[in-house]
Amino acid sequence: MELAIHTEVSDKARVDMQGLSLPHKVTAQGVNVYYGDKQALKNVNLDIPSNMVTALIGPSGCGKSTFLRCLNRMNDVVDGCRIEGSITLDGEDVYARGVDVVHLRARVGMVFQKPNPFPKSIYDNVAYGPRIHGLAKNRTEMDEIVLTSLEKAGLLDEVRDRLEAPGTGLSGGQQQRLCIARAIAVEPEVILMDEPCSALDPIATAKIEELIDELKQNYTIIMVTHSMQQAARVSQKTAFFHLGELVEQGDTTDIFTKPVDERTQAYVTGRIG
Amino acid sequence: MEHEHIVTSFDEDLSRLDSIIAQMGGLAERQLADAVDALNRRDVTLAQKVIETDKQIDLLEEEIDNFTIRVLALRQPMADDLRAVVVALKIAANLERIGDYAKNVAKRTLTLSTMEPVGNATASIQRMARQVQSMIKNVLDAYGAHDIAKADDVRMRDEEVDLMHTSLFRELLTYMLEDPRNITACTHLLFVAKNVERIGDHVTSIAENVHFLVSGEMPADERPKNDLSSETVIEEG
Repeated sequence: MELAIHTEVSDKARVDMQGLSLPHKVTAQGVNVYYGDKQALKNVNLDIPSNMVTALIGPSGCGKSTFLRCLNRMNDVVDGCRIEGSITLDGEDVYARGVDVVHLRARVGMVFQKPNPFPKSIYDNVAYGPRIHGLAKNRTEMDEIVLTSLEKAGLLDEVRDRLEAPGTGLSGGQQQRLCIARAIAVEPEVILMDEPCSALDPIATAKIEELIDELKQNYTIIMVTHSMQQAARVSQKTAFFHLGELVEQGDTTDIFTKPVDERTQAYVTGRIG
Repeated sequence: MEHEHIVTSFDEDLSRLDSIIAQMGGLAERQLADAVDALNRRDVTLAQKVIETDKQIDLLEEEIDNFTIRVLALRQPMADDLRAVVVALKIAANLERIGDYAKNVAKRTLTLSTMEPVGNATASIQRMARQVQSMIKNVLDAYGAHDIAKADDVRMRDEEVDLMHTSLFRELLTYMLEDPRNITACTHLLFVAKNVERIGDHVTSIAENVHFLVSGEMPADERPKNDLSSETVIEEG
């Protein structure tokens, strides 16, 4: 019964959003996550609009990364992790029986905190995913995918003449853009980013932020960040998590200028951490 | 906000902003009172003092300007902290203008003291100024206490000031029609009345900013206005 009520509310929200031609790409309803006995997320309801950047913010341990990792089932491999509720991608339950997780993760790509290129050439780093998913029929098509992905990730001009050099030889910022190129290469619809800039200097960070802003035209981006300034700079929607609860969500502008909940207010102004 | 910042020096910055505004506001309120008192008592010494004291308000505004820019750059405030900094900057500008108007009243007092007094006009101006003074006092209290109801109340009271201004306008026109030798003094008094009325407008603007500071929204409803002096005509005879 309670689930039915959630569905009604969410449908209404979806209709409202469609009025603005912004359908929800990802919808979470009544999501509870447990690591053994410990409950990490408590009844989270969140709609993620298409072609926007949604920032997930909150103090360490608030559940924002846990939530992010539910969206492409990265928590499946965590021992003792149990997930309740529903998470849909374009209306399809990602936890439904028979969902191919490998295919899901191609649709919902991920970029991690620390750049983690494979110990392979720049070319092979990007070609790896398309090869597994059989996206290229021949070398020409693969070249096309690799170059386009590097171009979209804003890295091509810096690596064009050394595609066979190891990816691990790039600078931190370049490595992170290589990882973004690798994620883009399998033509995902959603890109999850878990603190993508925390290991980068301000210039490399600015380049990634600029890139995120361009990528949102073609992808739905969900980003966990510890930097509130970064959330304010790059996202259009912000969700604030605290102690496993989704406390407040809304337009980024509102969250950072006139949040409604006391806890959001305290967090964004630096009063609780 | 009941909680304190994790960075305590940030709290100190914000309370410093509050205390400069309180100091500026107290000074502005006093300047208006002294200026109108000097006008009413034809006290040249007091008028001179008002003119001198205005520099203090200007300096405090400069301090707020520099300090808010520093806080914005170094602290990157968010949410109600951000509103507090921006609102302090705007209120400081309002208070500085209030100071200027008071100073102008004092300057005209020096001129008027060389002329014959005209009717009861200065007493009427003082009544109007008392109303505005109490608005300044209340809006500063509202700012200090984050009291939105009090701020909204001040905002509504500007209508009474407008009414007094319109009636003073008519009164002064009547003196001029009665005796053209009054024209010079009355023209100065018209400006004095206008200055006090403009101070009321700045107080209203401060009240709106206090509303925004507390709620994050500017007051939505249209405020009642009653300054009809722009349309006032007195027929001779």
